[in-house]
Amino acid sequence: MGGYSMPDASGHFGPYGGRFVAETLVTALEALERAYHEAQQDPGFRAELHSELRQFVGRPNPLCHAERLSRELGGAQIYLKREDLNHTGAHKINNAVGQALLARRMGKKRVIAETGAGQHGVATATVATRYGLKCLVYMGEEDIRRQSSNVYRMRLLGAEVVAVGGGTRTLKDAMNEAMRDWVTHVDSTFYVIGTVAGPHPYPTMVREFHRVIGDETRAQCLELTGRLPDCLIACVGGGSNAMGLFYPFIADPAVRLIGVEAGGLGLSTGRHAAPLTTGRPGVLHGNRTYLMEDEDGQILPTHSISAGLDYPGVGPEHAYLKDTGRAEYVVATDAEALTAFHRLCRTEGIIPALETAHALAHAIRLAPAMRSDQTIVVNLSGRGDKDIHTVASLEGIHL
Amino acid sequence: MSRLTGLFTQLQDAGRAALVPFMTAGDPSLTATVPLMHALAAAGADAIELGMPFSDPMADGPSIQRASERALARGVKLRMVLGWVREFRMTNRHTPIILMGYLNPVEAMGVISFAEAAAAAGVDGVILVDLTPEEGRGEATLLQQRGIDPIFLLAPTSGPERVARVRSMGSGFVYYVSLRGITGATSADWVEVLQRVRDLRRQLGLPVAVGFGIRDAATVARVAAEADAVVVGSALVEQLAECATDQEAIQVATRFVQALAEAVRTTERVCA
Repeated sequence: MGGYSMPDASGHFGPYGGRFVAETLVTALEALERAYHEAQQDPGFRAELHSELRQFVGRPNPLCHAERLSRELGGAQIYLKREDLNHTGAHKINNAVGQALLARRMGKKRVIAETGAGQHGVATATVATRYGLKCLVYMGEEDIRRQSSNVYRMRLLGAEVVAVGGGTRTLKDAMNEAMRDWVTHVDSTFYVIGTVAGPHPYPTMVREFHRVIGDETRAQCLELTGRLPDCLIACVGGGSNAMGLFYPFIADPAVRLIGVEAGGLGLSTGRHAAPLTTGRPGVLHGNRTYLMEDEDGQILPTHSISAGLDYPGVGPEHAYLKDTGRAEYVVATDAEALTAFHRLCRTEGIIPALETAHALAHAIRLAPAMRSDQTIVVNLSGRGDKDIHTVASLEGIHL
Repeated sequence: MSRLTGLFTQLQDAGRAALVPFMTAGDPSLTATVPLMHALAAAGADAIELGMPFSDPMADGPSIQRASERALARGVKLRMVLGWVREFRMTNRHTPIILMGYLNPVEAMGVISFAEAAAAAGVDGVILVDLTPEEGRGEATLLQQRGIDPIFLLAPTSGPERVARVRSMGSGFVYYVSLRGITGATSADWVEVLQRVRDLRRQLGLPVAVGFGIRDAATVARVAAEADAVVVGSALVEQLAECATDQEAIQVATRFVQALAEAVRTTERVCA
């Protein structure tokens, strides 16, 4: 895997990715691609991004040894990459800062975003306010119901939150609506996509804005353990936190990369959000990737306890890493994620996001079978404050 | 000569634009679809654009989204849509049928199977909204090999390079999206649109159809003065959605399309 250089010039990761959009958006995507490449080459832009990540986001965040959890499991040492300690409480802000700085550089006055759990919406609302941009966030009605505190947070930050009532009223429908908005206001508006999916250049650009996760992890792991980790584990909805962690390790074949999809109520029930595990390649939201679709190519409704994983597609680079065998993809069910959620609360004093709890669930499965001198890094992609109402109500507690 | 080329040649001689109403296959009911297609043709439609329902129609406004959702809820599948075209063709050999939809359901069927079945059913053109010329080279060739025109879109944002690409790959006609927006929107600047249409007709050497935001006979007349074809979609779909019975849908469609057909027939072309 040495010399990994995906995507190609037209934004394809092998057969995946690409640019499948309405004609009106093609010119805007070409302009975005040019602006992004120029910004990348510009030391001034890179310095500004670096400074914002330090001053405003709070990077670098620690790689933290989960000592009690590791001891209880009796196998590999588990380290947590603390993206939950970023400002706004999740990894999403890395990308939001990058894209908002790019929007400002391109002279756009208005940013829009889609959001599922609300973390990307909050991150976008936050940076929009900081950079003086008008912000509008599309969110499915179902997600608004289950993530009400994040909705209020976005409104406090001055963003307009628009409820999306079409389709399944979740993340995919919010993304459809954001695309419709962008087509309509393409000249004035920058679309801040929140994951490593969408039309080229988004999957690459979002990966690059998140690779700081993997770059820091690499240096911190060498410092703490004297060698690279044996295994990286991250949850995968669209797959941005996983891609950010994995990317700097792709050319190190000894490092196992494991993405954990939402197994929902169990794969056999059909009520899950695991396109890499159960789906097949198709085209949605501007890219070719694995999708949950029926035999007629209609996109299937998904289910996950975590709104942030409740999406029928996945970033095209994950599709490529799956096919090439470089990364492995497994699932954790709602129940397994909940168990892992509680376990981290009780062993490490950290309340993880329900999305993140899926990655923890797999680490808990895997660690006992590994040696105690081996290391697993779990991307602790977000904190769980936003999920306490969901968890409490499952236990019959009304907060 | 293909039905589409035949139509545009004939209308060129007649000195008028084509009227192309859009309806979603399977809406307002399964049983209304073929009778409605015949009614549109009888009321003066020169060609018919038939929507292939998709669960995630990103380029469509609320009216066509809901029509798509209703059709899918009734169990509409791509093979059923092709079956309706075949049924229509049994008694109508002359009205071109253009299918409009999104790539994923076509890929799920298999592009080759789709192209063969569509050709056998009597489909004349296919518009896949999310398939750009860059990504759609293979699909365009597969359709053309079976006598179906791949219809590409151009938009107000499309620059000269994109016009050249569509010129080299498209056939039948080119669909000009009149505005920055989704179907059913209403903010087109018609002076600007018609200027662009004049330029495109010259640059492309293909007929230019104009759609998005055309909701009434007056606008149809205005666009018909410059364009080769005028597409009316959401305005018809909205009226059909209100109909309680197939018979009512046929009456409503007939009345509406007759008025639009009158508008294209009484509008003289500004340019030949």
